[in-house]
Amino acid sequence: MNALPQALAPPRPAEHAELEALALRVREHCLRLATGGGCFIGASLSCADLLVYLYSRVLNVRPDTLGDPGRDYLLLSKGHDVPALYATLAELRFFPVERLRNHLKTTDSIYWHPNRAVPGVEFHSGSLGHLLAVGIGIALDIRLRGGRNRVFVVLGDGELDEGSVWEACLVAAAQRLDNLVAVVDRNGLQANCRTEELVPLEPLPAKFESFGWSCRTVDGHSFADLDEAFSNLPARAGHPTAIVARTRRGQGVGSLEDRPDRWFADFTAGEVEALVRELHGGGPSRLVSEGRMVR
Amino acid sequence: MSAPATYEQALRALAAEREDVVVMTAENRAHIRGLPALGPRFIDVGICEQTMIGAAAGLALRGRTPVVHALASFLTLRAFEFIRTDVGLPRLPVKLVGFVPGLLSEANGPTHQAIDDVAVMRAIPGMQVFCPADLDELVSALPAIVASRAPAYVRYTGAAPAVDHVEPFAIGKAEVLAHEEGVSILTYGPLLREAERARRVLTARGVPVHLVNLRTLEPVDEPALLDALRAAELVVTLEDHFHRGGLHTIVAETCLKHRLAPRVLALDLGSSFFKPALLADVLADQGLSGERIAERILDALCPREASA
Repeated sequence: MNALPQALAPPRPAEHAELEALALRVREHCLRLATGGGCFIGASLSCADLLVYLYSRVLNVRPDTLGDPGRDYLLLSKGHDVPALYATLAELRFFPVERLRNHLKTTDSIYWHPNRAVPGVEFHSGSLGHLLAVGIGIALDIRLRGGRNRVFVVLGDGELDEGSVWEACLVAAAQRLDNLVAVVDRNGLQANCRTEELVPLEPLPAKFESFGWSCRTVDGHSFADLDEAFSNLPARAGHPTAIVARTRRGQGVGSLEDRPDRWFADFTAGEVEALVRELHGGGPSRLVSEGRMVR
Repeated sequence: MSAPATYEQALRALAAEREDVVVMTAENRAHIRGLPALGPRFIDVGICEQTMIGAAAGLALRGRTPVVHALASFLTLRAFEFIRTDVGLPRLPVKLVGFVPGLLSEANGPTHQAIDDVAVMRAIPGMQVFCPADLDELVSALPAIVASRAPAYVRYTGAAPAVDHVEPFAIGKAEVLAHEEGVSILTYGPLLREAERARRVLTARGVPVHLVNLRTLEPVDEPALLDALRAAELVVTLEDHFHRGGLHTIVAETCLKHRLAPRVLALDLGSSFFKPALLADVLADQGLSGERIAERILDALCPREASA
C-alpha cells in the first residue's frame, strides 16, 4: 500500500464493544432510509454486522487508499442490502454521513442498488449472480501482478438460485483463486419465501466444498465467530474460501426479524422512530404499514 | 518484423506490445490455438460465457484490456445481460470477439446462428461494432480496436480477401470501393465478396454501382452513408443478419434523421433462420451469391411481368 499519513486514516473500531456500537449506528441509518420511498430493510439489517466487521477488521482499505491497486476489494453482489454498505462507508468516513439524506434523490446516486459513483463502492450490482464473476477478474489481475490483496464478494442466499454463481464457483476453483472469498448472508429468506421451502440450498457448505472451495460456517451476528472465520485466510492454499454466515433478516429489531413480508419496507416517519427506539432497547413497534411483496 | 498474417499472430503481437492485453476464451480456441503461450495472460474459463464476461469486467476494472472469444451467438445472447450490465454500463474496454457470426456457422443450425448480434450489440450505449470483410481487414483493424477505450464487439472472419482493399482501416470509417451513381450497395462482412461479384455483373450490364464496405457499424460512417443514399436510384442493404436491427435499420434511422426517402432493396435474412448447410449452399439458398444479388437488383430496377 502507498504510505499515507496516518492522520488521514479514519479510526477503525478494534474492540467488539466498539463494533457493536458501530453496528447499532449502521442499523439506525438503515431504518432511517426505510421511509420516503423505502429500502430493502430486511436484507440490510441481516448483513449489517458482516459489513461492519469486514470494513473494520478485515479489509485493507481506507477512504484514502481507495485508488490503491493494493487495496482489498469488497463487492456487494446481492446489491439490495446497500443501505448497510452505505451506512458503514459513511460511518467510516468514505463519504459524509449527511450524504445519506440524499437517498432516492436524482441529485445523487444513492438508491436501492449500489452505484460505484459513491466512494467505496467498487462495482454496481442489482442483477443477481454477477459479482462473483467480476471478483474472479479482479482476483486474476491481482495474482498476475503478484499482489497479496484479496477480493471479498458478499452474496445473498437467495442469489444462490442463479446458475451464474455456480458457474463462477467452478471457474474460481479451476483458477485456484485463493485470494477470493465468498461471504454468504445466509438469512434463510429470499424476497418473499424461505429458501428451503422454495429451492432448498442445504447442505450448502457441502455444495461449496464439492465445487472445490473451502467452506466455514459461522454465526454472522457474532463478532467472536467472525474473528475466527476471517482469520487465517485462505482456509486452504490454492482454493477459494466460502464463509456461510448464518444471519437473520431484520436482525436487531424484533418487529422485523425473520419476516418474509419485511424484505422491503417504506415506513411512516412515526414507525421509523418507533423502530429506532426498539433497536435501542425499546418495546415492540406498532407497525401500521402492511408487509409488502416486492418481487 | 513482417505484418501478421493470421488473427492469432496479430493478437500475439499486440499482447507483446501491450501489457494490458489479456486473452480470454470460453473454450473456443480454433483461431487462437497458440495463445496459451501468453501464460497467465491467456485465460480459458471453460464453457462459461457469463463468467468470462464478468471476469473480463473485473480485469478491465484493474486496467486490463481483455480480448474475449466465444461463438458469436452464445457470446452475444447467453452472456448478453453480463455484457450490457458489467461491460456496457460502465463502458469498460472489453473486446468481444464472436466466432462464426452471420452465415459462417454454416451447418450448425439455428442455435449457432448469430444473425441478431448486430441488433443486440448496437443496442448497448457506447458499444462499438466491427464487421471486417475478411481476415486482412480484421488483422489491420485489430490494433485500433484494442487501442480504443470503448467496449467493442467484433464479428470474426478468417475469410480470404474479399476485394483489393483501397483504404486503411479507421474506426467509424467506411471503405468506398466503387463511386458511380446508380445503384448503391451497402454491405459489411464476408458478403462484401458477393457484393463485389454482383458489382461486376451489374457493370457488365451497364448498371453503374456505388459499393460501400461499412467495416464499422457503430459508430457508423454517416457521411459515407449519406453520399451513397443521396446519389442513388436504388439503395441496396446487403447483410447476413435478420432484417431488423442491422444495417437496414441503421440506414432507415439515417434516412429519417436526414429526411431522405430513397428506394431501398433489403437483401438480408428477413425474419427467418437460414437453412443449415455449407457456406456456398447457404449463399445460393438465401439468394445471396454474387450472381443472385445481381439478378435481384436487376429485377428491382426493371421488374419482370408478374405472370412470368
